[in-house]
Formats: sequence, structure tokens, C-alpha cells
Amino acid sequence: MLTQRLLLSDRGGMIVLGLVLLAMVLVPICNILVPETSSLHVSTFMVTLLGKFLCYALLALAVDLIWGYCGILSLGHGAFFALGGYAMGMYLMRQIGPRGQYGDPLLPDFMVFLNWKELPWYWQGFDMFWFAMLMVIVIPGLLAFVFGWLAFRSRVTGVYFSIITQALTYALLLAFFRNEMGFGGNNGLTDFKDILGFPIAANGTRISLFLASGFMLIIAYVACRYIVTSRMGKIIVSIRDAESRTRFCGYKVESYKLWLFVFSAILAGIAGALYVPQVGIINPGEFSPLNSIELVVWVATGGRGTLFGAIVGAFTVNYGKTIFTSYSPETWLFALGALFVIVTLILPKGLVGLFNRNKKTPSKPAEPTPVTSETTTTAKESV
Amino acid sequence: MNILSQARRTLGQTDPNFGAPLDTTKGTILYVEGISVSFDGFRALNNLNLYINEGELRCIIGPNGAGKTTMMDVITGKTKPDSGSVFFGQQINLLELSEHQIARGGIGRKFQKPTIFEALSVYENLELATAADKRVWWTLTQQLNSAQKYRIDEVLLQIGLAEHRYKNAGSLSHGQKQWLEIGMLLMQNPRVLLVDEPVAGMTGEETEKTAELLLSLAGDHSVIVVEHDMKFVRSIARKVTVLHQGSVLTEGTMDQVQNDPKVIEVYLGE
Repeated sequence: MLTQRLLLSDRGGMIVLGLVLLAMVLVPICNILVPETSSLHVSTFMVTLLGKFLCYALLALAVDLIWGYCGILSLGHGAFFALGGYAMGMYLMRQIGPRGQYGDPLLPDFMVFLNWKELPWYWQGFDMFWFAMLMVIVIPGLLAFVFGWLAFRSRVTGVYFSIITQALTYALLLAFFRNEMGFGGNNGLTDFKDILGFPIAANGTRISLFLASGFMLIIAYVACRYIVTSRMGKIIVSIRDAESRTRFCGYKVESYKLWLFVFSAILAGIAGALYVPQVGIINPGEFSPLNSIELVVWVATGGRGTLFGAIVGAFTVNYGKTIFTSYSPETWLFALGALFVIVTLILPKGLVGLFNRNKKTPSKPAEPTPVTSETTTTAKESV
Repeated sequence: MNILSQARRTLGQTDPNFGAPLDTTKGTILYVEGISVSFDGFRALNNLNLYINEGELRCIIGPNGAGKTTMMDVITGKTKPDSGSVFFGQQINLLELSEHQIARGGIGRKFQKPTIFEALSVYENLELATAADKRVWWTLTQQLNSAQKYRIDEVLLQIGLAEHRYKNAGSLSHGQKQWLEIGMLLMQNPRVLLVDEPVAGMTGEETEKTAELLLSLAGDHSVIVVEHDMKFVRSIARKVTVLHQGSVLTEGTMDQVQNDPKVIEVYLGE
């Protein structure tokens, strides 16, 4: 019954998840077992690229959940992604140990360079993997909670909310640029050596990270499906469509928005944490407002309000970006802008909408129909 | 402070069903006393006094800008007044509560423009409005129980939308949307219904059905109807209150009110 609700009734989602699973089986096989000379061989570069896309897809999923279902357009979700990434980066930095350029057993290179004598308090504990992973969840979640609590309580909505989220990520960008912050300033955190004792550039590690990203995406997808198919899911759609009606139905709208926002920020943080070891660097550029806007374009292109649409969008736009930037990097931003205009004008439901256009969507009841005409008549009699 | 804690207990987060007794021993369910509201120097309500009895059907009329909608905003917690008090029963001070608490506590409000959840089915609209635990974490796992399903069926019959239960609410006609919204209020088991211009834009037949519906609700609920359509008011009104410039001009039966020289002056003199 639960599988029916979460997966079987969601055909597009089944197809997309099926493809992700298929890739998770085939990519490692084609990388390890197929010889490099064969045309079926998947290079390690490709494995990492796909792993990166899976992280992007997870991030897009997080945005779609709040934007597509609850109408909260966050233009600062890149901030939560970057914070998760920094938490992972701090763990990876601590793993370097005495192997850095300056050979200091405790301090990362940039701190030695800045003449710092001891590790700042907020770097404590990040040598432990479990602690770093906890922070991947706690830090974006906490920021989202405080920020969301202030914003939703004051009933900041719509474009105003979008603008302040944009300001949030920009403020963090400026803060992380500063060397005094102790996060490596402009250069960020890089030169990672290993993760959980495995060398970070090794083939096996790359494949494991790719698989971990895939698993995380699937788990997050199912969790999001669980939310949107529950009664809470109907309530958040109601908030999107008629906020004051929902309030006068007795729902505390602020709480719903807040928890959904926090959940979404946590997903974004996890995506960032999986992303950093695969690309090998995290720097303040990830906080750039442009990243957050691009991310909204992925969701819009894929089709907002359908969870799998976000995944489709993240893959297509990023694949397009990879192709595009290798031919003509300067024009990519124009292409991105054009894409947004085209999607808004021609494909309001995104790429996913193209497939659904010809099929009529039966508005079948979410509840199984428990009431037959018999019970209806008894109800009538008793009234 | 005693009142506040009482209200918290009655409307607060602990009891989802709000079966707590509402003290209406004096027969009056809603006390609106000395309410004044100003927006940027404009006095929308000016020392307004209004008492609604339990089970009463009250019509409120008045020219544009008389403060009808502002009055509803004050009762439902959307607007906080500059002065005055609003009590629900003897004990509960509504001015200390927020919109969702007031709604959970038993005051339902229908907006002027029909506002329903268009993306959901008629059934789901009623499901969401059902009186139940409405805290975030509960709704993640909640399912309708049989009593609630039964109640939804009852309300569907009452508002005449039984055949349309699985229809998308967005595809209903204007009149049906209005009834659905009234149905959503009923799902909350309200003690007081505030209904803002229920028949605006309705056909004659729809208006008649709405009048029947509202009349059938009075008695079990206290119903306050704000309406411009005099013919409609005449067809349902028992007691009419006329608002003018933010305070009560006069109260009485429709005939009394219509023959009141002050009312004639307000309506015809302008």
C-alpha cells in the first residue's frame, strides 16, 4: 500500500529512478570491467561528472519541494548546498594532517600561512567523520530554521522572500571570502588527500562516491514523495494556492513552511557534502547568487511541481552546460537566459510537461473510494 | 492572565478536538465591544458594539466602507483593533489569539471571493478542513477515520456536491465553489460562521439554494451574513444590523430597519 502510494502511482518518477538505478549498476561495470580500449568504457572523469550531476539533482529536488509544492521561491538555496560542502571540506582538510605543504600536524595549510597558532574552536571535532556528517545536516538546517522562522513569522512571502534569500547567500559569499573567517578565504578548502582512509582520487573512491550520491538521491526522492502524498502534502499545496484559506482552516501556515524549508535546506546540505569530495574543492564561489538562480532554472526546465521533473531538469541543463562550455564558454550565460525565457513562454510545465501534454491526467482520488452509494443513502437518512 | 490561560487550554495545542465547553450561559456567543480600528488615520471601525446570540442568523448590511469586512477581520484575528474587546462566550478573549487558533476554536470564515483549494478535489478540500490535529508532524501520517469520512459525506449532501466529490475543485461553477467553501467551514464544527457576501455573482436559482442552506445552518450554528443583495437579506433575515461609518446605526427586523429614517437617509441621501 505504501509502495503503491510512493512509487507505483508515480510513473514518471519510476522511470527516472529506474534510469538512476540502471546507471548505478552499469557505470561501475563499464568503468572497472570493460577495458579502456572498448567503446563501452566509461572513464573515471565521466563517473565523477555523473556523480556531480546526481548531487545537482538532489539539490534541484530540494528546491522543487518548496517551490513547486509550497510556492516558496528560494533564490538562496546554493547557500545551504555550500554550507554542507564546507562541513565536508573541513573534515577532508583535517584528514590531510601532516601531509600538507607546511607539514603542520594539526593546522591546515592556509592557517599556517596566516600565522595562526592554534585551531579555531569551530574547527574542533571535524576530524571525526560522524561529527562532520552531523554538521552537514545541523548547520544548513539551523540556518534555515532561524532564517525561516524570522521570515515566515513576519509573513514575508513571494518576491520579497526571494530577494532576502538572495541577500542571505550573497552575505555568506562576502563573509566566506574573508581570510579572518577561517575557511580559507578566496581559495576555499582544497588539496584533499583521502576520505575515511581511502585516497580521494582513486577509482574505487570515485565510484563509491558516485553510488553514494545515487543512493542519497533515491532515498531523498522517496522521502519527498512520502511528504507530498501525505495529508501534509495536500496542506502545503493548499498553502501555495490559498494561503489565507489554509490559515482560516486552522492550520498554522508558518510552521508548515518552516519545517518544509528546513527539510529542504538539509537535503541541499547533503547534496553539497557529496559534491565536494567529487570535485575536490569548495570555495566561496559556491555561495554566488548566480548558482542559486541557475538552480531554479534547472527546476523550471525540468518541470516544477513534479519531483522527478527536477531531476530531469538538473541532468539536461547540466549536460547541456558541459557540452556548451566546451565549445563556446562565453555564450553559456546567454544560453541559460534564453532557456529560462523559452521555458517560461513555451513550456510552463517544463520538459516533463511535454510528455504529459498528450495524455490526459486522470484526477483520480488520492483516497480509495470507501463510500459506496449505500453508505451515502444512510448518511442522507440520518441527516 | 486567568482568561489567557483558560483560552490557551480551550483553544491551545493540547486538545485537537476542541470539545471543551464554551461558556454561553448568558445565551450570547460573541461579544464585540467598543471596537475601534484606524488605517492611516481613516477610522474603519468606530466604537462598534455587536452581540450575537447562540444559534442566531444575523444579517449585517451597510453601504460600502461601513466597516463590514474590517469587523470580520477583527473577529477572526486578522486585524488587531486599537481599542475594545472581543469575547467568544464568556471566557475566551479572541484578541489574544491568532487566526489559526480562532479557526480551530470554532469560528469559521467564508471570504467574499470564493477561496478554495483549486488544485485538489472537492473531497480533499473537505478532508483538509476536517477538525483534526493540525500540527505539522501529525499531518505527515494522518489518515481519515471512519467518523470523519462519515462527516464529510454528511457535509457533501448538505452543500449539494455529493456527485462532484472527486471533481477538481477548480472546475466547479462559481456557486458550487461558494457552497464548497461553506462546507469547508462546516467541517471544522464551528460555533460561529462568518459569511461574507455569499450570493455575489450567483444566479437566481443558486441564490435560493444558498438561502436554504444558510437557514438550515442557523440553530446549530450562529451565522453572521454580510450581504449587499437586499432581496436576499429579506428572504433570510430575522434580525438585521445596519453598519454606517464604522459603528452600528440601528438593529431590528428587516421591516423596522427599512422604515428607519436614519437608514433611509444613509442609503438614499448619498
